[in-house]
Amino acid sequence: MNMLAIDTSSQILGVALMKNNQIAAELTTYLKKDHSSRLMPAINQLMQQIDMKPEDIHKIAVAYGPGSYTGTRIGVTTAKTLAWALDIPVVPISSLKILGYNAVPYDGYISPFLDARRGAVFTGLYRFSKGKLNVIQPDRYLLMEEWLRELNELNQPVFFLSPDFEKHETLIYESGIETIHAPNSSHLLRPSNLLMLSETEPTVPAHEVVPNYLRVTEAEANWKKRQKAGKNHG
Amino acid sequence: MNEQIILGIETSCDETAAAIVKNGKEIIANVVASQIESHKRFGGVVPEVASRHHVENITIVVEEAMQQASMSWKDIDAIAVTEGPGLVGALLVGVNAAKAIAFAHQKPLIGVHHIAGHIYANRLEKEFEFPLLALIVSGGHTELVLMKAHGQYERIGETLDDAAGEAYDKVARILELPYPGGPQIDHLAKETVPGIDFPRAWLGAESFDFSFSGLKSSVINYVHNQEQRGEVVDKSNIAASFQASVVDVLVEKTYQAAKKYGVKQVIVAGGVAANQALRQQIQQRFAPSNIPVQIPPLKLCTDNASMIAAAGSIQYEQQQFADWALNGNPSKLLTSVHSDLST
Ligand SMILES: [Zn+2]
Repeated sequence: MNMLAIDTSSQILGVALMKNNQIAAELTTYLKKDHSSRLMPAINQLMQQIDMKPEDIHKIAVAYGPGSYTGTRIGVTTAKTLAWALDIPVVPISSLKILGYNAVPYDGYISPFLDARRGAVFTGLYRFSKGKLNVIQPDRYLLMEEWLRELNELNQPVFFLSPDFEKHETLIYESGIETIHAPNSSHLLRPSNLLMLSETEPTVPAHEVVPNYLRVTEAEANWKKRQKAGKNHG
Repeated sequence: MNEQIILGIETSCDETAAAIVKNGKEIIANVVASQIESHKRFGGVVPEVASRHHVENITIVVEEAMQQASMSWKDIDAIAVTEGPGLVGALLVGVNAAKAIAFAHQKPLIGVHHIAGHIYANRLEKEFEFPLLALIVSGGHTELVLMKAHGQYERIGETLDDAAGEAYDKVARILELPYPGGPQIDHLAKETVPGIDFPRAWLGAESFDFSFSGLKSSVINYVHNQEQRGEVVDKSNIAASFQASVVDVLVEKTYQAAKKYGVKQVIVAGGVAANQALRQQIQQRFAPSNIPVQIPPLKLCTDNASMIAAAGSIQYEQQQFADWALNGNPSKLLTSVHSDLST
């Protein structure tokens, strides 16, 4: 099995390749730089390094969000179009699950999160069981304060993982939840995790792959509000 | 002659489009997935909504174009894509999809300027004759471009404020016409002869620049005064008079520029080229002269990918290829060539 993995769902740009069932190459940058001009050169360069051609790829794994809308779209568009053009399947994987996978082999609760501005986060609750990362609570968008209140009720330690950890650490520490400490490197999305996770995630036809934004656009939210108001008054 | 087949992709605004064009002149397949119905409820294009629809549709639209053409990848010589200008998030979908296809099948990649596309929509109808003058009128652009050869663009006039299409949209909103407003005004205008003398911004006898913000303000004031006096707002008269003002200026400046530069052909391009009043009046103005005026059929006036493939075809011949770092460029300039254009 040869596989390409792409993650541009956050500021982190990640590309990884599997060749003959082995992780063969991995490229990651932790920069605030645009993904669109750098993703394809990264894929090209990495494939050249391991002497792999586009037609050698059997499957593509992609981080499909939640995260940055534009960033996720770049990775998803690239992955789905490559997969369609090569007639191979795509495995869309939650960016939070990719991040949560860094906690292996911790067997307690794991809360990977990405900052979503204005005090909100994209997060979910995960837990390993027999080497498989299971979803305890699906990914969603909510205020960090709210999320911490919910987690507090579990009365159990929680392993928080996030490239935006510092931004929320005061709230986390003040919540009184027992936390697990991890080195900085564990807080970063790692593209080789997609290769590992893709074994147990379902494939999706290329046409059907779209980002998991977890939020409707502001314009749609306002429109829905207006519709409702219109109905109530009419 | 070597046959040359270009796959074009266009996602700069609210149409997801793919097309296949032969030798820059012949449309083999043309697919457009319009998002108008989705944006209607917002009264205009919402960039994030547009980007989302593009991701949903992109591979489906390209597949349809390939199926319409009954072609396989070995038949395609290059992938051309709109690089800009346009909505950045929307452009990114097309650009990254084009790169993915080009990479998957190791084909040359071509970044096309959206306005060059609108200009080259005309070549799908009739071969160019140089020097050529192009009047480009759309929601984002109003400019006069002089071309002495393929792929060479010299802008001799542009709007100093609103684009013509923008003015149409704003006036349509003032008149509370449904979105998109341009065709609505064109339609309303047919009901009457213009009776209001709205200003025409000539900007000096030698100027080929445009300005529509003064006209827009006049329309706003006129409607406001009518409302204050408790009169019924005469929508068709306002539409007809507004349109007359816009079209008069567009046509006359194009005519004067055509004379000054001694062009052999005039072409009209962009969404507003679909406007019936403009189409009629420009033909009438040029009828006594020997200069032919070319206006694309309606389906090629609005955004499409055939025009991108057609413009890309020239870049293919001129070996102007992009590399894998090609990016969306929302404010891309139409590359100007500085030559001896002193009359
Ligand atoms: Zn356009």
